[in-house]
Amino acid sequence: MNSEKIIETTKLTKAFGSFKAVNEITFDVKKGEIFGFLGANGAGKSTAMKMLTGLLSPTSGEATVAGFDVFTQQEKIKKNIGYMSQKFSLYDDLSLLENIKFFGGIYGLSKEQLNERGTAMIERLGLADVSHKLLKEVPLGWKQKIAFSVATLHQPKIVFLDEPTGGVDPITRRQFWEMIYEAADNGTTVFVTTHYMDEAEYCNRISMMVDGRIAGYGSPKELKADFKTENMDEVFVKIARGENYKLQ
Amino acid sequence: MAVIEVKNLSKNYGEVEALKSISFEVNQNEIFGLIGPDGAGKSTLIRILNSLILADKGEVSVMGKDPNKQYQYIRNHIGYMPGRFSLYEDLSVKENLEFFATIFGTTIKKSYNLIKDIYQQIEPFNDRKAGALSGGMKQKLALCAALIHYPKVLFLDEPTTGVDPVSRKEFWQIIKGLHQHNITIIVSTPYMDEADLCDRVALMNEGEILRIDTPQNVANSFDKPLYALEAKEGNYKLIKALRAYSFLDSVFPFGEKLHYTDKRENDIKAELKKHLTEEGFSDISIEKIASNTEDVFIRLMNNQKQ
Repeated sequence: MNSEKIIETTKLTKAFGSFKAVNEITFDVKKGEIFGFLGANGAGKSTAMKMLTGLLSPTSGEATVAGFDVFTQQEKIKKNIGYMSQKFSLYDDLSLLENIKFFGGIYGLSKEQLNERGTAMIERLGLADVSHKLLKEVPLGWKQKIAFSVATLHQPKIVFLDEPTGGVDPITRRQFWEMIYEAADNGTTVFVTTHYMDEAEYCNRISMMVDGRIAGYGSPKELKADFKTENMDEVFVKIARGENYKLQ
Repeated sequence: MAVIEVKNLSKNYGEVEALKSISFEVNQNEIFGLIGPDGAGKSTLIRILNSLILADKGEVSVMGKDPNKQYQYIRNHIGYMPGRFSLYEDLSVKENLEFFATIFGTTIKKSYNLIKDIYQQIEPFNDRKAGALSGGMKQKLALCAALIHYPKVLFLDEPTTGVDPVSRKEFWQIIKGLHQHNITIIVSTPYMDEADLCDRVALMNEGEILRIDTPQNVANSFDKPLYALEAKEGNYKLIKALRAYSFLDSVFPFGEKLHYTDKRENDIKAELKKHLTEEGFSDISIEKIASNTEDVFIRLMNNQKQ
């Protein structure tokens, strides 16, 4: 990880009428970092992610993603990022290899690049024997790995993962995180949302949104020290509901 | 007496074996957790117990009745909150509740004592359409609707999936609160840490029950000494180094540390530390720890595959 910033926002805001879904958030994400983007349901995470991925125009503030402006260069942002969500949108009726080639093609890879990278990817995942199986015939864990690989096939500087491990078994979940570690080790920046607090600890730094604002920001170790607690679960409770909150 | 009895229950969807001859019982007034990932068979099991789908093989009894033949009795005496929000989005909060109360031949007023702690949190939005509620409020409304006829058995299918950690804790407080009303609760979840909130749990994976016990007994059933590892160089490098170590039994990341088991039975702390130091690691911490539900689940999953 170095100090080059891949995402930088200053007072980034999105208002729907009088409601500020995202309210002056300021943060940065560095090259090669695994950055956890956490928050309660309805805190504004999805809205913020839509702005950062070029899908939604901000109301005010400033932000750049991979060097491009979120107000004026949204199409360039889309070409230079990867995106994967829990409900990944691969095609069930295409084979694994066809899915890879289809999405790689959309990202503008040449035929040679598609063959070369597609084959390399299938081999790296250990799926060479089953690359012609239809997506719907393979287990969820494989689909997820394919989805992640497809999202990074065009070698983006940053990949956005929106709850990538929801509902997945504990072994597959960890194998998935190893792919994330590997990508980060190779210099890809990973921006990830999750509701699993142990996964928050896998991140280099995290931010935590509450009511449209960033209410916690730092490494898991720093946050645990700040809130005088041993685990991220309690950090989350204290940030989301206040220091003195007690469950009845 | 057992409220639910299941013996050798199987269910296939085409070639997929959703449930593979499972057996268990749920006791009166218990909070019974079905813990497992997607594809474990949790929803299929709940729907069979609910009388919504038919089993292929095996015996099922719910409150002493057969869901196959006496489904009318069962449907009148259970509450069911499916994983997906399924109330009427075009009706208001109050209209939805009145609708379900009417179907079951009761009124909100008659059930008020049971639902009041939950209902009071959404009552200020009585006239709002259900479709315009936040996720958390929809969930509370759905739970009120499932309770409107004072069910004896309540089925909650993944009520906390996709819910943030604080709201999850708050929802579990509500579940615990229902306990005092003499309701048997069957709740499914993919979150292993929620096992600790149940009276008993069944760990499920790929159509099988891997273990049934109290959460404490499940967590304590790990069959090997377990160590938590940490080093300055970080987890990714540490995992790679351990994978190449000839005495490795298993290694998995758990939060900021790694959980590690060794092929040797004796205390290996000193030896492992020496090895890792030779491999170039520094600030190494190795600590013997107690296992949790997730450790056990991973272990049982691996055994299941072998």
